Amino acid sequence: MSGQRPAVRLIGRLRRWYRRAGDLGAAYYSAPYRAAIARARRDEEDLFMLMVFSETLGIPNPATWYTLELQPLLLDRFHDWHKRMGMPHSPLDHFRCC
Amino acid sequence: MSAILLLVLGLGGMAAGYFVYSRFIAEKIYKLDPDFRTPAHEFEDGVDFVPTNRFVLWGHHFTSVAGAAPIVGPAIAVIWGWLPAFLWVVLGTIFFAGVHDSGAIWASVRNRAKSVGSLTGEVVGGRARSVFMIVIFLVLLMVNAVFGVVIAKLLINNPGAVVPVWGAIAVALVIGQLIYRRKIGLGLVSVVGVAALYALIYIGPSVPVTLPESTAGLSANALWILILFGYAAIASLLPVWVLLQPRDYINGLQLFVGLILLYGAVIIASPTVVAPMINFGVPEGTPSMLPLLFVTIACGAISGFHGLVASGTTSKQLDKETDARFVGYFGAVGEGALALAAIIAATAGFASLADWQAVYTSFGQGSLTAFVDGGAFILAAGTGMEVTVAATLLTVMAALFAGTTMDTGLRLQRYIFQEWGEIYNIGWMRKALPATLLSVASCLILAFGAGGADGSGGLLIWPLFGTTNQLLAGLTLLVITVMLVRRGRPTLYTLGPLVFLLVMTLAALLMQLRDFFEKENWFLLGLDLVVLVAAVLVTLECVAALRRAKGAAANDESAS
Repeated sequence: MSGQRPAVRLIGRLRRWYRRAGDLGAAYYSAPYRAAIARARRDEEDLFMLMVFSETLGIPNPATWYTLELQPLLLDRFHDWHKRMGMPHSPLDHFRCC
Repeated sequence: MSAILLLVLGLGGMAAGYFVYSRFIAEKIYKLDPDFRTPAHEFEDGVDFVPTNRFVLWGHHFTSVAGAAPIVGPAIAVIWGWLPAFLWVVLGTIFFAGVHDSGAIWASVRNRAKSVGSLTGEVVGGRARSVFMIVIFLVLLMVNAVFGVVIAKLLINNPGAVVPVWGAIAVALVIGQLIYRRKIGLGLVSVVGVAALYALIYIGPSVPVTLPESTAGLSANALWILILFGYAAIASLLPVWVLLQPRDYINGLQLFVGLILLYGAVIIASPTVVAPMINFGVPEGTPSMLPLLFVTIACGAISGFHGLVASGTTSKQLDKETDARFVGYFGAVGEGALALAAIIAATAGFASLADWQAVYTSFGQGSLTAFVDGGAFILAAGTGMEVTVAATLLTVMAALFAGTTMDTGLRLQRYIFQEWGEIYNIGWMRKALPATLLSVASCLILAFGAGGADGSGGLLIWPLFGTTNQLLAGLTLLVITVMLVRRGRPTLYTLGPLVFLLVMTLAALLMQLRDFFEKENWFLLGLDLVVLVAAVLVTLECVAALRRAKGAAANDESAS
C-alpha cells in the first residue's frame, strides 16, 4: 500500500500536468482567432434568427409552424440582436422584449 | 570557424539583452506597473479582451511575428559576408526590435489597447494616420508578391516538396474540422496531424511533381505563382477556423520543431562557416552594404509588422503590464534566434567557399534556396537523415510560413480595399470577392511587373519591402517617443533607433532610385518614388510631432 503511494501520486501529478498542458495548448490554438470566430458564429445566429422571425417580418416561410415554438426560447437573443442592429427597442409590434 | 561559436555568441548576446537591457527599459523607461489595470481586465468580454497566460501569449506573439521574412532577409544579406548580417541581427534584436515590440505593447495597453494605426492618429496626428495606412498597404502588397515568387522558386527547386506542401493544407483542413465540428481534444489531433505531416515529408521526395516547362505560353515559375495566388485568394475568403487557424497552429509547432532540429544539428555536426567574414569580392551589381544591409534584414533585426501584432491582438490579452517585457522583448529574441539560424544555414551549410559562391552569384540569389540547401546539409550531418528528406522538411517549413503570410496578407489587403470602399462610397469595393480580386491583381502586377513575364524578378523588391517595413517601425517608435516626451522620461533609447532607421531608409531609397534609373526599370522606379514620398512624410511628421510634444511638455512645466 505504502509502496504504491508515490506511484499513485506521480500519476496524479502527471495527469494534472497533462491537463494543464492541454488547457494552455487550447488557449494557444484559440486565442488568435477568438474574435473572428465569435463574429462568424454571431452572423450564423443572426441568420437563424431571421429564419425564425421571418413570418413576423413579412417574409413567407413554410416552416413557420415549427419555428413558432422556438420564439420564446430566443427571447434573450432577440433582444441582443435588435440592439446590435441599432434598434433600441423591439422592431416587432407583437413581440416585445423590452 | 565553427558555427557553434556564432550560435553561442548570438544567443548569449540576445539572452544578455533580455536579462539586462530589457529590464532597464521596462523598469526605468516604460516603468511597467504590475498593478496597472490592463485593458484585458478592464474590458474583459471573453472575445477580444481576455487576460491570457503570458507563456501562451508569448507563443502566439512569437509565432505570429516569426515567419519566412526573418529567413529570407538574412539569407540574402550574407552576400556581404557573415559578420555584418550577424551583428545587425544580434544588436538589432537587443537594441531595436525588443525595445520596439515591448514598447508597442506598452503604448497600446496605456491607450485602451488601440492599434498602432489609431494611436498614430491620436498621438501624432491625422495626416500621419493616412501615411500609416498607405505604408501598411505597401508592406502587404510587397510581402505577398515576394512570397508568391519565393514559394514558386522553392517548389521548382525541390519537386519532392510539392506533395507535402499541398498535403499540409489537406492536413490543416482535417484538423480544423476535427477540432471545430467534432470537438476532439487538441493533444490527440496535434500528434496525429504532425505525424501525418512528417509522413508526407518523408514520402515527398519519392513522388516529385514538376510542372511542364511551358503551359499556354507561361513558364513553370509563372504558373506556380498564378496557382499560389489562386489558392491564397480562396483561402483568404474562407472562415478562419477552416484553414487559417489550424494551419497557423501547425506552423507554430513546425517553428519550434524546426528551430530545435536546426540548433541541435549545428551543435552535433559543428559545421564550419565557409562564407567570408566580410565579402570584399561581391558579385557585380550587388548594392553597397551600407545602407542596404539595414533594409535587407528587417524582420529578425527590427520590423514594423511586429507593432501591428503587438497592438492588434497581444495588447488586448495582456494579463499584467509587466508581462509586456517577456511577451514583447522575448518574442523579438525568438525571431532573432530564427534569423540567426538562417544566417548559420546560409553560411555554414556548404562544403566549401566555392560551393557557397556558386549559390551567391548575384544580389537576391540565395535567399530561401540557400537556407534550404545549407540547412539540409547541416541537418543531414547532424541527425543522419537523408539530405533530400532534410531539404524537403525545410522547404515545407519555409513554404508553409510564407503561404500563411500570403493568406493573412491578402485578407488584410482586402479589408483595406473594403475600408476604402466605405470611405469613398464605392459600393462594389465593399464586397469581399471584388476586394479580394483587386488585392490579388495588385500583387500579380507587382510580382510580374518587377521582373518580367516569368515572375523571376520578384526578389528585386525585397529591399523595398524592408524599407517600407522599417518606415512602419519608425512610426511606431515615434508614437512611443512622443508618449515618453509627454511623460518627461528619457527618449534616447527609442529616438536613437528611430533616427538610425530613418537615415538608413532614406539613404537606401535614394541609392536604389539611382540603381533603378540606371537599369531603366521604370516600374520599380515608380514604386521606389512612392515609398520615398512616404518616407519623407514620415520624417517630417516625426520632426513636427516631437517639436509639438516638447513644446507641450515645456508649457506644462512652466505652468506648474
